[in-house]
Amino acid sequence: MFIKDILNRANSKWMEGTGPESDVVISCRVRLARNLAGVPCPHLLNEEQGRQVVKRVVDAIAHKEVEKIVGHLEAVALSELSALDRQILVEKHLISPQHAEAATQSRAVVLREDEAVSILVNEEDHLRIQCLFPGFQLNVAWDLANRVDDVLEKRLDFAFDEKYGYLTACPTNVGTGMRASVMMHLPGLVITNQANRVLSALSQLGLAVRGLYGEGTEAAGNLFQISNQITLGLTEEEIINNLTAVTHKILEQERMARELLRTQTKEQLEDRVGRAFGILTNARIITSQEAISYLSDVRLGADLGIIRGVDTRILNELIVLTRPNFLQKLAGHEMSPFARDLKRASIIREKLAPSKG
Amino acid sequence: MYCEECKKRPATVHVTKIVNNKKTERHLCEYCAREQEQIGFGFEPSFSIQKLLASLLNYEPPTPEGISIAYPEPTKCENCGLTYSQFGQLGKVGCSECYQRFSEKLSPLLRRIHGSARHTGKIPKRTGGAIRLQKEIEHLRQQLQNAIQREEFEQAAQLRDQIRELEKKLP
Ligand SMILES: [Zn+2]
Ligand SMILES: [Zn+2]
Repeated sequence: MFIKDILNRANSKWMEGTGPESDVVISCRVRLARNLAGVPCPHLLNEEQGRQVVKRVVDAIAHKEVEKIVGHLEAVALSELSALDRQILVEKHLISPQHAEAATQSRAVVLREDEAVSILVNEEDHLRIQCLFPGFQLNVAWDLANRVDDVLEKRLDFAFDEKYGYLTACPTNVGTGMRASVMMHLPGLVITNQANRVLSALSQLGLAVRGLYGEGTEAAGNLFQISNQITLGLTEEEIINNLTAVTHKILEQERMARELLRTQTKEQLEDRVGRAFGILTNARIITSQEAISYLSDVRLGADLGIIRGVDTRILNELIVLTRPNFLQKLAGHEMSPFARDLKRASIIREKLAPSKG
Repeated sequence: MYCEECKKRPATVHVTKIVNNKKTERHLCEYCAREQEQIGFGFEPSFSIQKLLASLLNYEPPTPEGISIAYPEPTKCENCGLTYSQFGQLGKVGCSECYQRFSEKLSPLLRRIHGSARHTGKIPKRTGGAIRLQKEIEHLRQQLQNAIQREEFEQAAQLRDQIRELEKKLP
């Protein structure tokens, strides 16, 4: 069982800060929704029927061919995980908050050790195959998700209709069942007040934008997730290509904004980055909102060479490490918000310390 | 609305019981309803006394315990028991068969959401074999037409043979 290791380590592969264009594109994800033909959707299943679905998926992933083609996968029922562990899987983007809600034997998650593959069993659909990669590797994520889908389809009867494609619980996912998304760090566009203009145009292209950790429309840490809305009437490749083209465009705009900041408002930018770094390396009490926004500034500084010696990997790691549930996991017990703010500040100081001198 | 019994699943069965002139209503999920009442499923969510009377007078012979139930909507999925109005409430279908059952109503909805109501993407290799083959044949026929128009008869003959081969594989 490598699930324990996954829960204990803060850094996931997608946070490594590697991969193409990783100064702006943090990660890429492709999700495929699949259902078993004829079996009622999870929201209509009782516990026993739900367990049967889990069993069919567990049997399918145990097959040797699966390991050969997509690597070794392990399944765990959510009832075997504590509430805290489930939240950690949410913070690592391996399962959805909705999936973490109910700790029943009829819900499960299938994982690959490197966390690049996760399959949610009995969330809104019977299966949600997810592939997550660091940097701008949308095609790589799609290719792997496609292979996982192919190898599972050999043993599971996926509900498919000639006209409507893959049949999903919610009609908003029908067709390809695919949701492709790109997580981008866009401090340049935000600081230069261009984010709204650039991002609001995306809805006309059938794409959705949302802030990553923020509540409502606010994007904490200038992290944005851009994904396709339309799943029917386009091929998977078309969806990937559209999103790729748009990501390139935003990437360009973000780099232009950063260049503008670096050349036109050099002092202000250095001041902003320096202050953020100063606070992070000296604060004793820090909330997660505050931490993520300063981490964003420091990350920008590191990407532009204003701050040297800070590994971008540490900054990515800190974004997850300083989430409320991860802190409690590290501490090994529940913590009050104040205790978390103390612990968060101390972890950040510790992690950023070697790069200080 | 959630099931009164388990409080977990959505209440999709609404049962009215009349015992000694006293009326009680229950809102259950299918699973709990099956456990409790051993009755059929897929009933309208809203219940009215008129419907109760109608069902008592016109359709339902009273059962020994005086259980009466509202009549199912005409558009109900036979496989999972979900009615279209329940779909409207949940925003989710009940099973893959619902798409066929509610096709007439879903098509315009899908066109509104996606701008299209026809899948053009991936086809599963195993279960979608026939559909795949059909698409391939269609594609070859198109090429055949083009070849004939261009008077490339050698290529046309090749395409024709290919089509024949594929057609043999169709179930
Ligand atoms: Zn119930
Ligand atoms: Zn159905």
